[in-house]
Amino acid sequence: MNTILALAGVVIKELYRRKDFYVLFVLTAVITLLMGSVSFFHDTGIVRYVKEIALLLIWIAALVIAIGTTARQIPAERENRTIFPLLAKPVTRGQVILGKFAGCWLACGLALMVFYVFFGVVSGSREHYWPVLSFFQAFWLQWVMLGIVVAFVLLGSVVFAAPSSNATISFIVVLGILLLGGHLNQVALQQPEPLRSIVYGIYFLIPHLEWYDVRDLIVYDWNRVGWLDCALATLYAATYAGLLLFGAWLVFRRKPLNV
Amino acid sequence: MRKHGPYLILILLLASCFSLATVLQQRAPAWTKRAQSDNVLKLVFGDGRRFFADGFFRQADVSFHSGFYPTIFDQAGASQDTRHLTAKEGEPAAEEHEKQFNFLGRPRDWIERFGRHFAVTSHTHLEGKKEREILPWLKMSAELDPQKIETYTVSAYWLRDLGKFKDAEEFLREGLRNNPDSYEILFELGRLYAENYHDPARARNVWELGLRRWAEQDAAGKKPDLLQLDQIAVYLSRLEEKEGNLARALELLQLAKKASPNPAALQPQIDELKRKLAARSPAPPPQSR
Repeated sequence: MNTILALAGVVIKELYRRKDFYVLFVLTAVITLLMGSVSFFHDTGIVRYVKEIALLLIWIAALVIAIGTTARQIPAERENRTIFPLLAKPVTRGQVILGKFAGCWLACGLALMVFYVFFGVVSGSREHYWPVLSFFQAFWLQWVMLGIVVAFVLLGSVVFAAPSSNATISFIVVLGILLLGGHLNQVALQQPEPLRSIVYGIYFLIPHLEWYDVRDLIVYDWNRVGWLDCALATLYAATYAGLLLFGAWLVFRRKPLNV
Repeated sequence: MRKHGPYLILILLLASCFSLATVLQQRAPAWTKRAQSDNVLKLVFGDGRRFFADGFFRQADVSFHSGFYPTIFDQAGASQDTRHLTAKEGEPAAEEHEKQFNFLGRPRDWIERFGRHFAVTSHTHLEGKKEREILPWLKMSAELDPQKIETYTVSAYWLRDLGKFKDAEEFLREGLRNNPDSYEILFELGRLYAENYHDPARARNVWELGLRRWAEQDAAGKKPDLLQLDQIAVYLSRLEEKEGNLARALELLQLAKKASPNPAALQPQIDELKRKLAARSPAPPPQSR
């Protein structure tokens, strides 16, 4: 466990040493504040469009951080040949995978926390009320979703040759699931056999990341999701993340490390 | 000299581009009618801005429904009609919309059933002054596509509802500058003068102009909206009746009857006006034997 945490610590340090997070945060903050400062029809009570834009930017920034950080972890270790002294410690390949996952996921959580604090301050200062539990739920669900994304990208980083191709494919897959994943069953029903069974099969196979997007509930002040549903969604994400990490370990344990 | 050759050519090309730009800059606005109101957004997006304008208008509708909105996969069942955006509870457009927005149906599998715990699943409309939340999206839509007329009419409807009459008038005037032939904007402007400013003279002028614009477009074969003609004629008829011009009011109701999807509903009002007119006209002099 200590080995995994030590590896995770290195990844977290890397996040705050690199400029990615700062650039994305400043960009999100500037766009949100600029949009918030615009007066529409001399009405200062309009707030939902600011929340909508801010949350969209947070989602984009979080995905960029998660995929960008994770995609370069193992390829960078191999390219710099630091993977050899690392594995000679002794650290098993399974621990490397778990450590990298824990580091990337925790780093995403830290970044996400900063984003949500900023969102809470902007939203609260305009709406004059603080639905802290709703914000926490949105944060938690997004973070849990990022766990699946990080595990998926980690699997990609041991399968694909370059971090760039891994990041691009991961972005396409994640955005595809977020935008279309929930509708594949509708698409399947309109197809003839055997395409219908294939599309329905994909629908059941993919992790349904769109569940974790509760932006509408936050923006439009709907009630919170039930805590039991949150727990079940967390379990679902943990299962998928576990499966993907297991897949990554299976590929990585027999992979030659020389570039 | 040979060493500096490429740089000199580059400077020559840049100077030529700059000179050409100064010549074209003054002529370019004349090539398109829209260019007069161009701003940075329009320059950046080009014609693609209409796509974004539609997106922002749709976002206003999403906001009006607090997130409960069909996706492209549900669109087959949902209508693209935007009349519900300016319809109150109980009005025919609102009831029709209620039926169209019943797109969700029963969940098809456990994934869909569970996923609904994390999504908006009830059909509501904004109320209690919260309607103002749709205004930023409409304003952005109008900025990107000043020729999208419903953006102005929907915005003005809600601005009037929120008591922002001056903002409504300014926005409608802006819409009218960008769309001088729009009878829809003139109708909405007339409602503002009649219902909010209580200025029947200006309302009459604006609605009469709206009728003329409608007739011009009809004559030009542009197939203007009949329902809009019906609305302008009915509203103007009521105004004329209130002002005591019963003959003109009757004339307008008869025009509305021709355009109305439900002409039978107008017949009792026409009969009533005819009765009033008959009662007002002086009795014929008794015939001498």
